[in-house]
Amino acid sequence: MIPAPFSYRRAGSVAEALDLCTEYGEDAKFLAGGHSLLPLMKLRLAMPEVLIDLGPVRELSYVREEDGHIAIGALTRHHDLEHSEMLARVLPLLAHAAGQVGDPQVRHRGTIGGSLAHSDPASDLPATVLALDATLVARGPAGSREIAAADFFQGLFETELEPDELLTEIRVPVPAAGAAGWSFQKFTKRAIDWAIVGVAVQGSAVALVNMAGTPVRAAGVEAALAGGATPAEAAAHAAEGTSPADDINASPAYREHLARVLVERALLEAQSV
Amino acid sequence: MVNGAPVAADVEDRMLLVHFLRETAGLTATNVGCDTTSCGACTVLLDGESVKSCTILAAQADGRQVTTVEGLAGPGGELHPMQRAFRAEHGLQCGFCTPGMVMASVSLLRENPHPTEAEVRSGLEGNLCRCTGYHNIVRAVLAAAEEPAS
Repeated sequence: MIPAPFSYRRAGSVAEALDLCTEYGEDAKFLAGGHSLLPLMKLRLAMPEVLIDLGPVRELSYVREEDGHIAIGALTRHHDLEHSEMLARVLPLLAHAAGQVGDPQVRHRGTIGGSLAHSDPASDLPATVLALDATLVARGPAGSREIAAADFFQGLFETELEPDELLTEIRVPVPAAGAAGWSFQKFTKRAIDWAIVGVAVQGSAVALVNMAGTPVRAAGVEAALAGGATPAEAAAHAAEGTSPADDINASPAYREHLARVLVERALLEAQSV
Repeated sequence: MVNGAPVAADVEDRMLLVHFLRETAGLTATNVGCDTTSCGACTVLLDGESVKSCTILAAQADGRQVTTVEGLAGPGGELHPMQRAFRAEHGLQCGFCTPGMVMASVSLLRENPHPTEAEVRSGLEGNLCRCTGYHNIVRAVLAAAEEPAS
Protein backbone atom coordinates (compact mmCIF):
# COMPACT_ATOMS: atom_id res chain seq x y z
CA MET A 1 0.00 0.00 0.00
CA ILE A 2 1.18 3.50 -0.76
CA PRO A 3 -0.41 6.82 0.09
CA ALA A 4 -2.31 8.90 -2.46
CA PRO A 5 -0.02 11.44 -4.15
CA PHE A 6 1.00 14.48 -2.10
CA SER A 7 3.76 17.08 -2.06
CA TYR A 8 6.48 16.60 0.53
CA ARG A 9 7.92 19.70 2.17
CA ARG A 10 10.49 19.76 4.92
CA ALA A 11 10.59 22.31 7.74
CA GLY A 12 13.87 23.02 9.51
CA SER A 13 12.39 25.10 12.32
CA VAL A 14 9.08 25.96 13.98
CA ALA A 15 9.02 29.30 12.12
CA GLU A 16 9.53 27.55 8.81
CA ALA A 17 6.84 24.98 9.64
CA LEU A 18 4.33 27.76 10.39
CA ASP A 19 5.28 29.62 7.19
CA LEU A 20 4.70 26.47 5.13
CA CYS A 21 1.40 25.91 6.92
CA THR A 22 0.27 29.45 6.09
CA GLU A 23 1.34 28.92 2.49
CA TYR A 24 -0.61 25.68 1.98
CA GLY A 25 -3.49 26.21 4.41
CA GLU A 26 -5.96 23.42 5.06
CA ASP A 27 -4.50 21.22 2.31
CA ALA A 28 -1.45 20.59 4.47
CA LYS A 29 -0.81 18.28 7.42
CA PHE A 30 2.18 18.27 9.74
CA LEU A 31 4.18 15.03 9.72
CA ALA A 32 5.91 14.22 13.04
CA GLY A 33 6.83 10.57 13.60
CA GLY A 34 4.17 9.61 11.07
CA HIS A 35 3.12 6.44 12.87
CA SER A 36 -0.51 7.49 13.07
CA LEU A 37 -0.75 9.63 9.95
CA LEU A 38 1.09 7.47 7.39
CA PRO A 39 -0.98 4.33 8.15
CA LEU A 40 -4.15 6.40 7.68
CA MET A 41 -2.78 7.77 4.42
CA LYS A 42 -1.90 4.28 3.17
CA LEU A 43 -5.52 3.26 3.82
CA ARG A 44 -6.67 6.47 2.03
CA LEU A 45 -8.51 7.50 5.19
CA ALA A 46 -6.40 10.67 5.08
CA MET A 47 -5.39 12.32 1.83
CA PRO A 48 -3.60 15.60 2.55
CA GLU A 49 -2.23 17.36 -0.52
CA VAL A 50 0.89 18.53 1.28
CA LEU A 51 2.91 16.97 4.09
CA ILE A 52 5.12 19.30 6.12
CA ASP A 53 7.82 17.08 7.62
CA LEU A 54 8.83 18.24 11.10
CA GLY A 55 11.62 15.64 11.34
CA PRO A 56 14.47 18.17 11.18
CA VAL A 57 12.90 20.47 13.82
CA ARG A 58 15.23 19.51 16.65
CA GLU A 59 14.26 22.52 18.79
CA LEU A 60 11.05 20.75 19.88
CA SER A 61 12.73 17.65 21.32
CA TYR A 62 13.46 18.14 25.03
CA VAL A 63 12.39 17.36 28.58
CA ARG A 64 13.12 20.24 30.97
CA GLU A 65 12.39 20.92 34.60
CA GLU A 66 10.96 24.43 34.90
CA ASP A 67 9.26 26.41 37.63
CA GLY A 68 6.87 23.88 39.19
CA HIS A 69 6.32 21.95 35.98
CA ILE A 70 8.02 19.73 33.44
CA ALA A 71 8.20 21.13 29.92
CA ILE A 72 8.25 18.56 27.12
CA GLY A 73 8.88 19.47 23.50
CA ALA A 74 6.10 18.23 21.25
CA LEU A 75 8.53 16.31 19.03
CA THR A 76 10.04 14.33 21.90
CA ARG A 77 9.79 10.68 20.96
CA HIS A 78 8.08 8.02 23.08
CA HIS A 79 11.48 6.30 23.32
CA ASP A 80 13.04 9.42 24.83
CA LEU A 81 10.22 9.83 27.37
CA GLU A 82 10.44 6.15 28.29
CA HIS A 83 14.18 6.45 29.00
CA SER A 84 14.25 9.93 30.54
CA GLU A 85 15.86 9.74 33.99
CA MET A 86 14.17 12.99 34.96
CA LEU A 87 10.71 11.70 34.09
CA ALA A 88 11.40 8.41 35.86
CA ARG A 89 12.06 10.48 38.99
CA VAL A 90 9.44 13.23 38.71
CA LEU A 91 6.70 11.91 36.36
CA PRO A 92 7.01 8.12 36.34
CA LEU A 93 3.42 7.78 35.04
CA LEU A 94 4.32 9.56 31.81
CA ALA A 95 7.60 7.65 31.35
CA HIS A 96 5.82 4.35 31.93
CA ALA A 97 2.85 5.16 29.68
CA ALA A 98 5.17 6.24 26.86
CA GLY A 99 6.87 2.85 27.17
CA GLN A 100 3.52 1.15 26.63
CA VAL A 101 2.86 2.79 23.25
CA GLY A 102 3.06 0.39 20.29
CA ASP A 103 6.39 -1.42 20.16
CA PRO A 104 10.08 -0.39 20.22
CA GLN A 105 10.11 0.50 16.51
CA VAL A 106 7.02 2.68 16.91
CA ARG A 107 8.52 4.34 19.98
CA HIS A 108 11.70 5.15 18.01
CA ARG A 109 9.58 7.27 15.66
CA GLY A 110 6.37 8.34 17.38
CA THR A 111 6.25 11.64 19.28
CA ILE A 112 4.15 12.84 22.21
CA GLY A 113 2.91 15.87 20.27
CA GLY A 114 1.99 13.75 17.27
CA SER A 115 0.06 11.34 19.46
CA LEU A 116 -1.85 14.13 21.22
CA ALA A 117 -2.60 16.09 18.04
CA HIS A 118 -3.85 12.89 16.39
CA SER A 119 -6.47 12.66 19.18
CA ASP A 120 -7.26 8.96 19.08
CA PRO A 121 -9.15 8.13 22.31
CA ALA A 122 -7.66 4.60 22.18
CA SER A 123 -4.11 5.98 22.44
CA ASP A 124 -2.25 5.88 25.74
CA LEU A 125 -0.85 9.39 26.02
CA PRO A 126 -4.01 11.53 25.63
CA ALA A 127 -5.57 10.02 28.78
CA THR A 128 -2.21 10.20 30.53
CA VAL A 129 -1.79 13.95 30.02
CA LEU A 130 -5.45 14.38 31.01
CA ALA A 131 -4.81 12.59 34.32
CA LEU A 132 -1.73 14.78 34.81
CA ASP A 133 -3.68 18.05 34.26
CA ALA A 134 -1.22 19.04 31.54
CA THR A 135 -1.33 22.28 29.60
CA LEU A 136 -0.67 22.14 25.87
CA VAL A 137 1.05 25.02 24.11
CA ALA A 138 0.13 25.78 20.50
CA ARG A 139 1.91 28.26 18.25
CA GLY A 140 0.29 29.94 15.28
CA PRO A 141 0.81 33.06 13.17
CA ALA A 142 -0.52 35.22 16.02
CA GLY A 143 1.78 33.71 18.64
CA SER A 144 1.46 31.07 21.34
CA ARG A 145 -1.51 30.12 23.47
CA GLU A 146 -2.10 27.59 26.22
CA ILE A 147 -4.85 24.97 26.08
CA ALA A 148 -5.80 22.82 29.08
CA ALA A 149 -5.69 19.10 28.30
CA ALA A 150 -9.35 18.95 29.42
CA ASP A 151 -10.26 21.33 26.55
CA PHE A 152 -7.83 20.05 23.93
CA PHE A 153 -9.49 16.79 22.85
CA GLN A 154 -12.71 17.49 20.97
CA GLY A 155 -13.49 14.11 19.43
CA LEU A 156 -12.04 11.29 17.35
CA PHE A 157 -9.13 12.88 15.41
CA GLU A 158 -10.40 16.36 16.41
CA THR A 159 -8.61 18.81 18.68
CA GLU A 160 -8.83 22.41 19.75
CA LEU A 161 -5.89 23.24 17.44
CA GLU A 162 -6.61 25.65 14.59
CA PRO A 163 -5.47 24.48 11.13
CA ASP A 164 -2.59 26.99 11.17
CA GLU A 165 -1.39 26.08 14.66
CA LEU A 166 1.38 23.71 15.69
CA LEU A 167 1.46 21.97 19.06
CA THR A 168 4.88 22.91 20.43
CA GLU A 169 5.06 21.99 24.12
CA ILE A 170 3.36 19.95 26.83
CA ARG A 171 3.60 21.37 30.35
CA VAL A 172 2.93 18.97 33.18
CA PRO A 173 2.67 20.18 36.78
CA VAL A 174 4.89 18.25 39.17
CA PRO A 175 2.52 16.13 41.28
CA ALA A 176 2.15 17.29 44.88
CA ALA A 177 3.75 15.16 47.59
CA GLY A 178 0.38 13.68 48.55
CA ALA A 179 -0.46 12.79 44.95
CA ALA A 180 2.68 10.85 44.04
CA GLY A 181 0.90 7.50 43.65
CA TRP A 182 0.38 6.50 40.04
CA SER A 183 -0.64 3.58 37.85
CA PHE A 184 -1.23 2.85 34.20
CA GLN A 185 -3.39 -0.12 33.26
CA LYS A 186 -4.12 -1.22 29.72
CA PHE A 187 -6.10 -4.18 28.44
CA THR A 188 -5.17 -5.40 24.97
CA LYS A 189 -5.76 -8.59 23.01
CA ARG A 190 -2.18 -8.66 21.66
CA ALA A 191 0.98 -6.99 22.93
CA ILE A 192 1.09 -4.15 20.41
CA ASP A 193 -2.62 -3.43 20.07
CA TRP A 194 -4.37 -0.24 21.09
CA ALA A 195 -6.08 -0.47 24.46
CA ILE A 196 -9.58 -1.90 24.47
CA VAL A 197 -9.79 0.06 27.73
CA GLY A 198 -7.03 1.75 29.70
CA VAL A 199 -6.67 3.79 32.89
CA ALA A 200 -4.15 6.41 33.97
CA VAL A 201 -4.07 7.38 37.64
CA GLN A 202 -2.01 10.12 39.28
CA GLY A 203 -2.88 10.72 42.91
CA SER A 204 -6.68 10.90 42.96
CA ALA A 205 -6.95 11.95 39.28
CA VAL A 206 -8.30 9.14 37.10
CA ALA A 207 -8.50 9.25 33.28
CA LEU A 208 -9.84 6.58 30.96
CA VAL A 209 -8.52 5.39 27.59
CA ASN A 210 -11.10 4.42 24.95
CA MET A 211 -14.27 4.88 27.01
CA ALA A 212 -15.64 7.74 24.86
CA GLY A 213 -14.84 9.71 21.72
CA THR A 214 -12.14 11.49 23.69
CA PRO A 215 -10.10 10.53 26.72
CA VAL A 216 -12.27 11.27 29.77
CA ARG A 217 -11.77 11.83 33.47
CA ALA A 218 -13.65 9.31 35.60
CA ALA A 219 -15.52 12.02 37.50
CA GLY A 220 -17.65 9.58 39.52
CA VAL A 221 -14.54 7.77 40.75
CA GLU A 222 -12.79 11.00 41.65
CA ALA A 223 -15.86 12.27 43.56
CA ALA A 224 -16.13 8.98 45.46
CA LEU A 225 -12.44 9.10 46.38
CA ALA A 226 -12.85 12.68 47.60
CA GLY A 227 -15.68 11.43 49.80
CA GLY A 228 -13.44 8.82 51.39
CA ALA A 229 -14.43 5.76 49.35
CA THR A 230 -12.14 2.74 49.17
CA PRO A 231 -10.63 1.82 45.78
CA ALA A 232 -13.24 -0.93 45.35
CA GLU A 233 -16.11 1.42 46.19
CA ALA A 234 -14.78 4.20 43.98
CA ALA A 235 -14.07 1.87 41.04
CA ALA A 236 -17.76 0.91 40.93
CA HIS A 237 -18.36 4.40 39.47
CA ALA A 238 -15.76 3.99 36.68
CA ALA A 239 -18.21 3.76 33.77
CA GLU A 240 -20.44 6.63 34.87
CA GLY A 241 -20.75 9.32 32.23
CA THR A 242 -18.79 7.35 29.63
CA SER A 243 -19.95 6.38 26.14
CA PRO A 244 -17.80 3.43 25.10
CA ALA A 245 -17.83 2.25 21.51
CA ASP A 246 -19.39 -0.96 20.24
CA ASP A 247 -16.89 -2.49 17.84
CA ILE A 248 -15.21 -5.71 16.77
CA ASN A 249 -13.14 -5.79 19.97
CA ALA A 250 -15.77 -5.29 22.65
CA SER A 251 -19.35 -4.35 23.48
CA PRO A 252 -20.06 -1.25 25.57
CA ALA A 253 -21.08 -3.45 28.52
CA TYR A 254 -17.77 -5.33 28.37
CA ARG A 255 -15.83 -2.06 28.18
CA GLU A 256 -17.74 -0.75 31.21
CA HIS A 257 -16.82 -3.91 33.10
CA LEU A 258 -13.18 -3.56 32.08
CA ALA A 259 -13.16 0.07 33.22
CA ARG A 260 -14.37 -0.91 36.69
CA VAL A 261 -11.85 -3.74 37.01
CA LEU A 262 -8.90 -1.72 35.68
CA VAL A 263 -9.72 1.36 37.78
CA GLU A 264 -9.76 -0.74 40.94
CA ARG A 265 -6.41 -2.30 40.03
CA ALA A 266 -4.99 1.11 39.19
CA LEU A 267 -6.17 2.71 42.43
CA LEU A 268 -4.75 -0.16 44.48
CA GLU A 269 -1.43 0.03 42.67
CA ALA A 270 -1.30 3.82 43.03
CA GLN A 271 -1.91 3.46 46.77
CA SER A 272 1.07 1.14 47.08
CA VAL A 273 3.55 3.42 45.24
CA MET B 1 23.51 6.41 3.17
CA VAL B 2 22.48 2.76 2.97
CA ASN B 3 24.80 0.22 4.57
CA GLY B 4 27.59 2.79 4.60
CA ALA B 5 27.40 3.74 0.93
CA PRO B 6 25.60 6.73 -0.54
CA VAL B 7 22.47 5.90 -2.54
CA ALA B 8 21.02 8.89 -4.41
CA ALA B 9 17.85 8.89 -6.46
CA ASP B 10 14.98 11.20 -7.31
CA VAL B 11 11.88 9.45 -6.04
CA GLU B 12 8.19 10.16 -5.81
CA ASP B 13 7.28 12.13 -2.69
CA ARG B 14 5.06 9.29 -1.49
CA MET B 15 7.63 6.51 -1.91
CA LEU B 16 8.05 4.44 1.27
CA LEU B 17 11.50 3.63 2.59
CA VAL B 18 10.98 -0.11 2.19
CA HIS B 19 10.19 0.32 -1.51
CA PHE B 20 13.22 2.57 -1.91
CA LEU B 21 15.43 -0.09 -0.36
CA ARG B 22 14.00 -2.96 -2.40
CA GLU B 23 13.35 -1.33 -5.75
CA THR B 24 15.73 1.62 -5.97
CA ALA B 25 18.69 0.37 -3.95
CA GLY B 26 18.11 -3.26 -5.02
CA LEU B 27 18.39 -4.56 -1.45
CA THR B 28 15.63 -7.15 -1.33
CA ALA B 29 16.35 -8.83 2.01
CA THR B 30 14.02 -6.40 3.80
CA ASN B 31 10.54 -7.86 3.40
CA VAL B 32 7.13 -6.26 3.18
CA GLY B 33 4.90 -8.30 5.46
CA CYS B 34 1.69 -6.79 6.83
CA ASP B 35 2.30 -3.31 5.40
CA THR B 36 0.42 -1.90 8.43
CA THR B 37 3.20 -1.22 10.99
CA SER B 38 2.39 -4.43 12.84
CA CYS B 39 4.58 -7.36 11.82
CA GLY B 40 8.09 -5.91 11.79
CA ALA B 41 9.28 -7.86 8.71
CA CYS B 42 10.43 -4.55 7.20
CA THR B 43 12.51 -3.53 10.25
CA VAL B 44 15.76 -1.72 9.41
CA LEU B 45 18.02 0.56 11.44
CA LEU B 46 17.70 4.33 11.01
CA ASP B 47 20.71 6.03 12.60
CA GLY B 48 21.23 2.80 14.53
CA GLU B 49 17.68 2.39 15.87
CA SER B 50 15.06 -0.13 14.75
CA VAL B 51 12.21 1.30 12.66
CA LYS B 52 9.52 -0.14 10.41
CA SER B 53 10.43 0.92 6.90
CA CYS B 54 6.85 0.47 5.62
CA THR B 55 5.84 3.46 7.73
CA ILE B 56 8.62 5.89 6.83
CA LEU B 57 8.85 7.92 3.65
CA ALA B 58 12.05 7.50 1.68
CA ALA B 59 12.37 11.29 1.86
CA GLN B 60 12.39 11.15 5.68
CA ALA B 61 15.56 9.03 5.53
CA ASP B 62 17.35 11.56 3.31
CA GLY B 63 20.75 12.36 4.79
CA ARG B 64 20.49 9.67 7.45
CA GLN B 65 22.12 6.27 7.97
CA VAL B 66 20.01 3.26 7.00
CA THR B 67 21.22 -0.26 7.77
CA THR B 68 19.56 -3.35 6.33
CA VAL B 69 20.42 -6.95 7.11
CA GLU B 70 22.69 -6.94 4.02
CA GLY B 71 24.82 -4.35 5.83
CA LEU B 72 25.46 -6.35 8.99
CA ALA B 73 28.20 -8.68 7.78
CA GLY B 74 31.81 -7.59 8.12
CA PRO B 75 34.01 -6.47 5.21
CA GLY B 76 35.24 -10.03 4.60
CA GLY B 77 31.71 -11.39 4.60
CA GLU B 78 31.93 -12.76 8.14
CA LEU B 79 28.53 -12.88 9.73
CA HIS B 80 27.48 -10.43 12.42
CA PRO B 81 27.29 -12.04 15.90
CA MET B 82 23.49 -11.79 15.76
CA GLN B 83 23.41 -13.60 12.41
CA ARG B 84 25.73 -16.29 13.77
CA ALA B 85 23.52 -16.69 16.84
CA PHE B 86 20.34 -17.03 14.74
CA ARG B 87 22.06 -19.75 12.71
CA ALA B 88 23.53 -21.57 15.71
CA GLU B 89 20.26 -21.53 17.68
CA HIS B 90 18.13 -22.22 14.61
CA GLY B 91 16.26 -18.94 15.19
CA LEU B 92 14.26 -19.27 12.00
CA GLN B 93 11.83 -21.55 10.27
CA CYS B 94 10.49 -20.20 6.96
CA GLY B 95 12.82 -17.19 7.20
CA PHE B 96 10.41 -14.47 6.12
CA CYS B 97 10.47 -12.60 9.44
CA THR B 98 14.21 -13.20 9.93
CA PRO B 99 15.72 -10.03 8.43
CA GLY B 100 13.37 -7.89 10.54
CA MET B 101 13.90 -10.05 13.63
CA VAL B 102 17.69 -9.79 13.28
CA MET B 103 17.59 -6.01 12.87
CA ALA B 104 15.18 -5.53 15.80
CA SER B 105 17.46 -7.77 17.89
CA VAL B 106 20.58 -5.78 16.97
CA SER B 107 18.80 -2.58 18.03
CA LEU B 108 17.58 -4.24 21.23
CA LEU B 109 21.12 -5.24 22.30
CA ARG B 110 22.49 -1.78 21.46
CA GLU B 111 20.05 -0.30 23.97
CA ASN B 112 20.22 -3.12 26.49
CA PRO B 113 23.39 -5.21 26.00
CA HIS B 114 22.51 -7.81 28.63
CA PRO B 115 18.74 -8.26 28.62
CA THR B 116 16.79 -10.79 30.62
CA GLU B 117 14.68 -13.30 28.72
CA ALA B 118 11.57 -11.25 29.57
CA GLU B 119 13.25 -8.11 28.23
CA VAL B 120 14.08 -9.90 24.98
CA ARG B 121 10.49 -11.04 24.60
CA SER B 122 9.04 -7.58 25.24
CA GLY B 123 11.81 -5.99 23.15
CA LEU B 124 10.71 -8.08 20.16
CA GLU B 125 6.98 -7.37 20.64
CA GLY B 126 6.96 -5.46 17.37
CA ASN B 127 8.03 -8.48 15.31
CA LEU B 128 5.75 -11.37 14.41
CA CYS B 129 6.88 -14.86 13.39
CA ARG B 130 4.02 -16.64 11.64
CA CYS B 131 5.80 -19.96 12.12
CA THR B 132 5.63 -19.11 15.86
CA GLY B 133 9.30 -19.98 16.24
CA TYR B 134 9.80 -17.52 19.05
CA HIS B 135 11.66 -19.71 21.53
CA ASN B 136 14.73 -20.19 19.37
CA ILE B 137 14.70 -16.53 18.34
CA VAL B 138 14.81 -15.52 22.01
CA ARG B 139 17.59 -18.06 22.63
CA ALA B 140 19.54 -16.59 19.73
CA VAL B 141 19.32 -13.05 21.09
CA LEU B 142 20.37 -14.20 24.56
CA ALA B 143 23.28 -16.12 23.02
CA ALA B 144 24.37 -13.10 20.98
CA ALA B 145 24.30 -10.99 24.16
CA GLU B 146 26.87 -13.35 25.65
CA GLU B 147 29.30 -12.77 22.78
CA PRO B 148 31.84 -10.09 23.63
CA ALA B 149 31.95 -8.85 20.02
CA SER B 150 28.26 -8.04 19.80
